[in-house]
Amino acid sequence: MTDYSIKDKVTIVGIGETRYYKAGQAPVSEFQLALEAIQKAVADAGLRIEDVDGFASYSDDRNDPTRLAGALGIPQIQFSNMHWGGGGGGMAGAVGNAAAAIVAGYAKHVVAFRALAQGQFGRFGQGHAGARVRGAQAYTAPYGLMSPAQMFAMRTQRFMYEHNISQEALAGIALASYKHAQRNPRAIMYGRPLTREAYDNSRWIVEPFHLFDCCQENDGSAAVVLTTTERARDLPHKPVYLMAAAQGSGYRQWVTAHNDPDYATSNFKTLAPRLFGMAGITPQDVDVAQIYENFTGGVLMSIVEHGFCTADEAEAFCTRGNLEWPEGNLPINTSGGNLAEAYMHGLELVLEGVRQLRGDSTCQVKDARVCLVAAGPMVSPVSNLLLRN
Amino acid sequence: MSHGFDTMASYMPSGAPLPAPAPDGLDAAFWEGTRNHRLLVQRCKACGTFQFGPEWICHRCRSPQIGWHECSGRGKVYAFERVWHPVHSALRERVPYLIVLIELPDAGNVRMIGNLLGDPQQNVQIGDEVEVAWEDHEDVTLTQWRLVAGK
Repeated sequence: MTDYSIKDKVTIVGIGETRYYKAGQAPVSEFQLALEAIQKAVADAGLRIEDVDGFASYSDDRNDPTRLAGALGIPQIQFSNMHWGGGGGGMAGAVGNAAAAIVAGYAKHVVAFRALAQGQFGRFGQGHAGARVRGAQAYTAPYGLMSPAQMFAMRTQRFMYEHNISQEALAGIALASYKHAQRNPRAIMYGRPLTREAYDNSRWIVEPFHLFDCCQENDGSAAVVLTTTERARDLPHKPVYLMAAAQGSGYRQWVTAHNDPDYATSNFKTLAPRLFGMAGITPQDVDVAQIYENFTGGVLMSIVEHGFCTADEAEAFCTRGNLEWPEGNLPINTSGGNLAEAYMHGLELVLEGVRQLRGDSTCQVKDARVCLVAAGPMVSPVSNLLLRN
Repeated sequence: MSHGFDTMASYMPSGAPLPAPAPDGLDAAFWEGTRNHRLLVQRCKACGTFQFGPEWICHRCRSPQIGWHECSGRGKVYAFERVWHPVHSALRERVPYLIVLIELPDAGNVRMIGNLLGDPQQNVQIGDEVEVAWEDHEDVTLTQWRLVAGK
């Protein structure tokens, strides 16, 4: 029987990132940030820049492979790929696409990367609507619904209503990320712990999101290098295998004016069964999870839709330290994630997944074997990965 | 305000974005409807499915024969959010404000975004009954919502 799956055929062999900065504070251009992260990831992999033959990214990354290859003196590009969709929904998708290219034989050493210097190009959290808005925006922006926080608070409010979930669950998610960041010197929020009192007293951005329910906006770049599992045996690091990758969207998600038939969802309901099916494991086999936090509400729904608990159990699951290292049953975002490490559009979560499986995390889960990485929540398309060592 | 009836001050201050019909004509009937204080959503002539926002074909049966159905203007709050942090320069002094997602039970429960008129700190619950309120601007009319009194 022919095995069409990518399962275990591709390995993440290198990770690299720049220093992370608050938005607008990077001292160099976004393109320089991209070059630095890519070169670090290739060096970490024990490869030469000349070995790189493919690039994958997402969210309309401005640093296109032609310019990168020219600047880096790469002899030939065999794969260049952009995952559609805004937000961070393509973070795992870019890694999955890189893996697919490797399995298909298009390329052998593919870099998946993201670079952001929002001070140079404008921030996601600002309303960019002009005086006149047309199409889908015409049904939302005139009513003051413009930013990602405003788009996602509505879904979160509905989910919390449907399942009788209180602010406690959102607080539990935010506190976990901030707690983990206190051990991670790379984190923007390193040395800036978050107490429950400070969470409660922080200003509302849009109910039910306090300030600390919202991701940061940062400058920096992160990259990973993937190659065949066979080739990885010659390289220095303990291999981190891609068990499974999935991307996509459910029925009529993100049709205009918030008319998604299944509204209060992270959009992982169709992906999670495919992901676990490809890997041949269950949620109970996951030791640690890196779940993209645009906003805590999306993490809440992602935890449910990946099968770690039911919606009605979600509040209990996300509170009392259950998501915190080292005592919790499912430590999440062990680097601090988008909330407290840095907002590299989630790619830093892939790097943290690799660190966990190499045994290098600053919140190292004991004997971690399997890590989930989930990208996007509440956007379309979303994507996810299962990594193992 | 060009219309002499049922007018009201606008919920958002001057300088906030205003809608304009899509250049391809897809939603021209909807905006023409609001201009005439008629709430129109698409309804497939072949299978009867309701649809909003507008599309070129029916998402259920793929028929291109789509008509427009006039709604009663009564709806229910499906979700809501109170905005405290302004992200648009025109709204800096406008916070907090209330955005509601309204479902229309007499049109297949399609949903529309709007503002809930009145005190932005008013008590609002999912399921509350609302009715449409027309907000006329110089060349376009927005659909706003108010709680149905005495519910």
